[in-house]
Amino acid sequence: MSIIVYIEHIEGAIKKTSLEAASYASALAEQQGVDAKGVVLGTVSEDQLASVGTAGLSTVYHVNDDQLNAGVIQAHAEAVAQAFEKAGADTLILAKSSLGDAVAARLAVKLDAGYISNVVALPSTSGTYTVKRSIYTGKAFAESEITKTNKILGVKKNAVPLKTDGAPASVEALEVNLSEGAFAAKITSIDKANDEIPLPEADIVVSGGRGMKGPENWNLIEDLAKALGAATGCSKPVSDSGWRPHHEHVGQTGVKVAPTLYVAVGISGAIQHLAGVNASKYIVVINKDPEAPFFKAADYGIVGDAFEVLPKLTEAIKAVK
Amino acid sequence: MKILVCITHVPDTTSKIQFTDNNTKFDKTGVQYIIGPYDDYALARAVELRDQTGGKLTVLNVGEAETEPTLRKALAIGADEAVRINAEPTDAFFVATQIANHAKEIGYDMILMGRESIDFNGGMVHGMVAELLGMPSVSPVMKLDLEGDTAKIAREIEGGKEYLEIKLPFVAGCQEPIAEWKIPNMRGIMSARSKPLQVQELSGDVVATKTVAYEMPPAKGAVKLIDSNNVQELVELLKSEAKVL
Repeated sequence: MSIIVYIEHIEGAIKKTSLEAASYASALAEQQGVDAKGVVLGTVSEDQLASVGTAGLSTVYHVNDDQLNAGVIQAHAEAVAQAFEKAGADTLILAKSSLGDAVAARLAVKLDAGYISNVVALPSTSGTYTVKRSIYTGKAFAESEITKTNKILGVKKNAVPLKTDGAPASVEALEVNLSEGAFAAKITSIDKANDEIPLPEADIVVSGGRGMKGPENWNLIEDLAKALGAATGCSKPVSDSGWRPHHEHVGQTGVKVAPTLYVAVGISGAIQHLAGVNASKYIVVINKDPEAPFFKAADYGIVGDAFEVLPKLTEAIKAVK
Repeated sequence: MKILVCITHVPDTTSKIQFTDNNTKFDKTGVQYIIGPYDDYALARAVELRDQTGGKLTVLNVGEAETEPTLRKALAIGADEAVRINAEPTDAFFVATQIANHAKEIGYDMILMGRESIDFNGGMVHGMVAELLGMPSVSPVMKLDLEGDTAKIAREIEGGKEYLEIKLPFVAGCQEPIAEWKIPNMRGIMSARSKPLQVQELSGDVVATKTVAYEMPPAKGAVKLIDSNNVQELVELLKSEAKVL
């Protein structure tokens, strides 16, 4: 038996969260004394493919089919199922993501597997096979048992340490047979801001709320983000008012982030927003209202006017970078 | 047009999450239950599409009798009929099997639900239902329009959107801003009382996972407040403690 990792990439660059999933898989493989392989779909360079070896994978199956560059859910599920069989695997590991969720759910049925998502630790395999996962949007954990032979584990962002000292992986081309129905959902166009750090992948996030008073003041958020090398986010009222696009909305019904550092500026900290950020390692809150509930969830806080604090903070960070 | 919207019955986001029976059961004491926020978006869009195309909008929940007020609320929002599959929703595969078995009998043109529930956050039921029914699935869907038998969909991807076309039938996991949440009006609430709510017994007791225990995260320490005139102190902490600089 072996373990296989479904590895996602963004236009040929392997995603950090997928490397986390690969690191998880390699630790699991070591625990069980088996081998961990990966599968990558679409156009990716040999160097990028081999680089997943640093996270501990021995082999990478590469399905070099440019129809798979976009996240065609059914086609990805079919391709990964074939890689799973080729590897003789009984466990599929993937990073929790919108595409990963959609693909893994189909795979759970295809492979007759027990699927647990938002996994935060290695399974305990003495006796029953149980895994710890995050539930209630980060407000609690559950220990869940998988009762099937085949298993799928969706690893939560930033929950496992990244392994970086593995040897380059050997790359094997894999041919797959995709059904006609695999492309039933036809992608007609993609609309994407390419110059930004994608929010769900970012290690640092700077978010602004209504306290920023209007979209014309977002340069202050962007300047700080740039100085920190961060992605930018916003609260729900901000995206609802159209100040910022929806894909920047962080919260219960928006993007859930898990960066090392989350900086919230002019956001009061409604529970719906906190639900999207509570997996962050460190939280900085800047708000002029000392009673803002966000301070209770923060590690560091500054009570002050964002329009005064942000420029000073941006300069101070530039000075040390 | 036959539309099915599957809804979850979940604790309100502001609920205090706690467990009983030696951390093996969710403590329902004082918890306010709502339609899952993502499901609420799916329902709102389904009501609009039903109004546009005609036909019937069915809302479904896999749950015990306590979820009926949540189904009635969905009827008040605009669904035409409700189905409750009488079982405790213990596992995503179990829930997906119930939904798929029901859908096979009826033959819906479109099955919508939220991208994920806010209790277990699995985000897997829509994909499982689609695979069980051999239909295409899309998630997370933020825009959904119908042109004849083709759906035009925008799906959120990291840093942007992807536009798709799918022929009916299909399954979609939805999120904002697909539609604005609808608040039931008095007429809706009155008519919801007389709309049909059918209870079906479960079909196939198949689980793939089971939750054996719960745990609360460790409490957060107190915030370290920094003077707004001394941002340098924050920079030092980010360097020495958080190690992000």
